[in-house]
Amino acid sequence: MTLLSVENLTVAFPGRRGTVNAIENVSLSISPGEILGMVGESGAGKSMTGAAIIGLIEPPGRIAEGRILLDGQRIDTLRPEEMRRIRGRQIGAIFQDPLTSLNPVLTVGEQLIETIQTHLKLSHSEARERAIDWLRRVGIPAPEARIDTYPHQYSGGMRQRVVIALALCAEPRLVIADEPTTALDVSVQAQIIALLRRLARETGVAVILVTHDMGVIAETADRVAVMYAGRIVEIGQVADVLKNPRHPYTSGLMASIPRIGPRPEVLPQIEGAMPRPGNRPEGCAFAPRCPHPVERCTRVRPALEGTATASVACHLTEEVPA
Amino acid sequence: MTIAAPLLSVTGLKKTFDLSRPFLNRMIEGGGRRYVHAVDGIDFAIEAGTTLSLVGESGCGKSTVAKLLMGLTRPSSGSIRFDGHELAGHAAGEPPEIRRRMQMIFQDPYASLNPRWRVARIIGEPMKSFGTHPDPVARRREVDRLLEFVGLSAGDGEKFPHEFSGGQRQRISIARAISTKPEFLVCDEPTSALDVSVQAQILNLMRELQRELGLTYLFISHDLAVVNYISDVIGVMYLGRLVELAPADELFANPQHPYTRLLLDTVPDISMAHRDLERPAGEVPNPVTPPSGCHFNPRCPLANDRCRSETPGFLTRGAARVRCHAVEEGRQHAPFLRKAG
Ligand SMILES: Nc1ncnc2c1ncn2[C@@H]1O[C@H](COP(=O)(O)OP(=O)(O)OP(=O)(O)O)[C@@H](O)[C@H]1O
Ligand SMILES: Nc1ncnc2c1ncn2[C@@H]1O[C@H](COP(=O)(O)OP(=O)(O)OP(=O)(O)O)[C@@H](O)[C@H]1O
Ligand code: SF4
Ligand SMILES: [Mg+2]
Ligand SMILES: [Mg+2]
Repeated sequence: MTLLSVENLTVAFPGRRGTVNAIENVSLSISPGEILGMVGESGAGKSMTGAAIIGLIEPPGRIAEGRILLDGQRIDTLRPEEMRRIRGRQIGAIFQDPLTSLNPVLTVGEQLIETIQTHLKLSHSEARERAIDWLRRVGIPAPEARIDTYPHQYSGGMRQRVVIALALCAEPRLVIADEPTTALDVSVQAQIIALLRRLARETGVAVILVTHDMGVIAETADRVAVMYAGRIVEIGQVADVLKNPRHPYTSGLMASIPRIGPRPEVLPQIEGAMPRPGNRPEGCAFAPRCPHPVERCTRVRPALEGTATASVACHLTEEVPA
Repeated sequence: MTIAAPLLSVTGLKKTFDLSRPFLNRMIEGGGRRYVHAVDGIDFAIEAGTTLSLVGESGCGKSTVAKLLMGLTRPSSGSIRFDGHELAGHAAGEPPEIRRRMQMIFQDPYASLNPRWRVARIIGEPMKSFGTHPDPVARRREVDRLLEFVGLSAGDGEKFPHEFSGGQRQRISIARAISTKPEFLVCDEPTSALDVSVQAQILNLMRELQRELGLTYLFISHDLAVVNYISDVIGVMYLGRLVELAPADELFANPQHPYTRLLLDTVPDISMAHRDLERPAGEVPNPVTPPSGCHFNPRCPLANDRCRSETPGFLTRGAARVRCHAVEEGRQHAPFLRKAG
């Protein structure tokens, strides 16, 4: 069963020298209760993919190609007010900085109750009960007492949990979490990861988890999509992709992560840098950095190909049966 | 480890910030003085040519230690000795013949480079102000050499910082930092703003510089795997105090302090899928009103009454030094984690 599917999505921005594609031909799908990780270098297009799904691409950027379907219904063509209803009720979002998502002059309870009442037909007291319940579920101690306090009275980790409660309290079916733990300490991060996993299991909410931390992906996600230069270059089950990466970029990325354990003299590194949009080479965008390109790599852009569960965009893997 | 005199040593270093409202407001509105003991009595020494890293949660005082060493903020008490010279009490840049030998690399490669200066001027600035290369032509030649040394090209000197990626900007910061041929570099989260693939390039460059130039590093990070790669000795900080100081191999193989163990256990790890991490971590306490006794006691599974009242002193355990009553008393460690069922 598919909750969301993104098909061949391209987001374009007008630039000084013609339009540039922030993301190109991105396709993915996610089922209820599933956590899909998205990794890739800064500028690879992770946030842009999330923004397109929740209908928050800022003009002059626009969806130039492709479709986004929620329950089989197109949502990329909806009018802004229709999309606003979907946002919050059907699709929630958690952004990186917890402070910008919370209103400092309203209590945490007021914000939760307002969100709940906007989307669900509940009385004020029912909504308040629900709000307390959400605070408890995200691990806020003594929620009955905490609900009437202000965001600045919470620690950083607790505020981030409040943001998660806000995103979840309208009971959306899909949550886009863009670097939800980057601002947090490892020990608090571990709690948030476990919370997202538990909620996916218990409530069936689907989560798209954007992060640059492979460790977080390994511990949280079911599947992972690796983005490079605006495209998904590899997507598959987390264990497969991390243990047996098939795209040379994924392998390079995995090898360059320092590990706890025996220390290598030199960390494996990928030479060079990711090309910016507008500067991408004609063939495979990774070809200039690839350790073993073939002639076709510099001419033909490889398509993302494979099975429903594992795909890769690389000429070298094309002949290998998935 | 050698017994040579360390290049840098710090004893009893303290920094207290006064967070009180101005005196008059306190008189009118009431309320007492409030302090943050950002660095609360720290001792360590770094041998020449080696790397000591500080790790710990946000707010534990790592950057404050860095600023104290660089003279960017003055210690409340304690001593900082560099190659036999006492630095505590001197302002930034003083004394210049010592300060030239110490440089710093900051976390944010976007904020730490002047956006209106060309790269050549940015890199040349310390050579000019410390007078190591007063002649502009010689200075420019040295800038070009440095650019190539850190993996950029000489022509890049004509460009502005915004024309570079994050990783390239961090290379520019490194070129600037090593331009006066310092012996000692303070690196405050130099790769935290970078992607892992770029991080690998920068970490490799730093190791190479250390080998070639014999540099000594104080390295700050919250990423234990990064610290494992770069360090000879690791200091674990918690709320202004060093709770464990040990050779890197020793710390990872045989962590002593319950907080060190918590940190090691909660690092997201690519080989440990789907652990159940929710239970033990607890909240990071407020540094203005730290817990009494051992600061870690509210989160510690081994805490007892003594931990809540008495601050543990340093014990020596093999090559490690550790501050914990349970270690002293030989109380057993409870496992922090359960595997997910
Ligand atoms: N308003 C804009 N106009 C033009 N290009 C843009 C705009 N916003 C983003 N881009 C480009 O789109 C690409 C994708 O950006 P995106 O924010 O999705 O990256 P990301 O993968 O989320 O990176 P990060 O890890 O840094 O958050 C980038 O190359 C960026 O420069
Ligand atoms: N100028 C200042 N005035 C008041 N308090 C300060 C000042 N600088 C730092 N502090 C406080 O001192 C403590 C230690 O801060 P510091 O920046 O050293 O932490 P850190 O370990 O570097 O944290 P991070 O990992 O978040 O960078 C914090 O509680 C901080 O709020
Ligand atoms: S001194 Fe006590 S509270 Fe502190 S870490 Fe050791 S056992 Fe835990
Ligand atoms: Mg982003
Ligand atoms: Mg800091």
